[in-house]
Amino acid sequence: MLKDWRTQLVIIFFSGFILLFIVAPIAGLLLRTSPAEYAATIQDSEVTSSIGLTLLASMGATLIFGILSVPLAYLLARRDFPFKGLINGIIDLPVVIPHSAAGIALLGVISRGTWVGQAGEAAGISFVGGVAGIVVAMAFVSLPFAINAARDGFAAVPEKLEKAALNLGASPQRVFFSISLPLAKRSVISGLVMMWARGLSEFGAVIIIAYHPMITPILIWERFTSFGLSYARPVAAIFILVCLAIFITMRVLSGKRYHVRN
Amino acid sequence: MLEIKNINVRLGGFRLKNISLELEPGDYLTVLGLSGAGKTVLLEVLAGLVKPEAGEIFLDGKDISHQSIQKRPFGLVYQDMALFPHMPVRKNIAYALKGKGLSGKEQQEKALELARLTQVEHLLDRHPGTLSGGEAQRVALARTLASDPEVLLLDEPLASLDVKLRQELRELLKKINQSGKTIIHVTHDPMEAATLSKKIAIIEKGELIQWGKPEEVFRNPVSEFVARFSGIKNIFLCEFDKSSEKNGLYHGLTKKNIIISCLDEPGKENAHLMIPGEDIIVSEGKLETSAINQYEGIINEIYFLNHGVELIIDAGEIFSVVVSKRSVEKLGLAPGKEVWLSFKASAVKIL
Repeated sequence: MLKDWRTQLVIIFFSGFILLFIVAPIAGLLLRTSPAEYAATIQDSEVTSSIGLTLLASMGATLIFGILSVPLAYLLARRDFPFKGLINGIIDLPVVIPHSAAGIALLGVISRGTWVGQAGEAAGISFVGGVAGIVVAMAFVSLPFAINAARDGFAAVPEKLEKAALNLGASPQRVFFSISLPLAKRSVISGLVMMWARGLSEFGAVIIIAYHPMITPILIWERFTSFGLSYARPVAAIFILVCLAIFITMRVLSGKRYHVRN
Repeated sequence: MLEIKNINVRLGGFRLKNISLELEPGDYLTVLGLSGAGKTVLLEVLAGLVKPEAGEIFLDGKDISHQSIQKRPFGLVYQDMALFPHMPVRKNIAYALKGKGLSGKEQQEKALELARLTQVEHLLDRHPGTLSGGEAQRVALARTLASDPEVLLLDEPLASLDVKLRQELRELLKKINQSGKTIIHVTHDPMEAATLSKKIAIIEKGELIQWGKPEEVFRNPVSEFVARFSGIKNIFLCEFDKSSEKNGLYHGLTKKNIIISCLDEPGKENAHLMIPGEDIIVSEGKLETSAINQYEGIINEIYFLNHGVELIIDAGEIFSVVVSKRSVEKLGLAPGKEVWLSFKASAVKIL
């Protein structure tokens, strides 16, 4: 069917339209920003510290919550247990609920009046209006990306390889770290990269919990509402370029796929 | 000594029922059966990868039924090898050597020794994805031998190999077995079983139908399934009625209306009779012998085998007869030639 030239033309047209839909706004934004605006924005300390904060907060959320979620992902991939479907559904909840609502919900757990908030205050960690709150908000909305990718990665590792390792005398822990995790590595890292990238772009949940210190999405919004498009655009352009550079680098470094003999 | 007692397994709709076997140290048991018969499940039960519903496994008198997978002295080689794709051959082989109190150098030496035994020393730095089927099979064998199992469990190890590689690996398996290692080898190929085994077990639909020495099983199959599966031909369903017995002989009528006489009582109205091909005599004319069963037929086909010549003869029913090459030349046996077949009633076995 695909060999018919009319079909090919339709496929090319649709594919081109979809790609253009994604690329055009970003390219337009980057191209419309002049070199002088780039230079001035890079020297703006408010912008650079905001980008630094955003990258680090999202990285923190990914390292803490993403890595903690790896055992759960393995469990979901390998074991059958009651309410597994329900748990899979719960994991996807942050994706489907509005993120401002997620922020309100989180506030109910980490605000100063709650025991979590009070415990944090006692340990010198302030969630509301603090970096810890930003990390929690970013983690909440982006965790499904890490868990789902890792779960699919572990599920794709042939169980027979794990059984073979057990049969060779390896402990379950050694099997996990020497077989399951290395073979699912690409998916796990890919999920963590996606989680980190999703965390970077979070706005709705973070603005409810911590307007300040200001992450870049909030800074862009603030400049747009206070000064207009021409002030917001260079910040958005720089932020997009930084994210793209890191995103591409991490995808390249996430390792090769292994061919499993079968 | 390995004793398997009344192993029962339920996996979804599949059941492995009351499997009991006994093996001496250094035995080579081949488990024969069709696909889905439960052969691989039996290996996985022995290796501890599948928990049986009931049954026990004793090794040298010690109950190991509840021993963890890691501690069981059974090394399993999967049909598809299950090599670790992210590790070079060297690390695959050395995988079982870690945590055994060996230094890094000793591990490398042991891995090299096993690689030499299995003739894969030139592949040590390659990854499994780049190996041929035969190479991967040898690496899988070396990797399992590294765990020094008391019993080697092989799941269709020759299935994916060409004739030459199959022969080479067969020799290697014999060598490993001769060194004293007990081997349980699963296959669906009766020839493989016949050439390698000291004992044979035949499984059909999760049940152990027959087991023993190959010559006993192939010579005295307990059922039509075993006979056909063992590659035995000349099996005929015969009808016996009340008047079938005459002068101490039982006369059965085949579906194509030839009468076959046997000494043993069939015990039922419809019974399968089996005549080993090597017990049938081929002659140019009717013989005056003690053989009760004599039929005139015509040679349909001739196959030259390693150990003789197989004649396919239509004598009302189709018979397969194995004769020597000398007989073929002496009698001028060729397709289309008319011949006589004869065999004694005592050669006929009831299944």
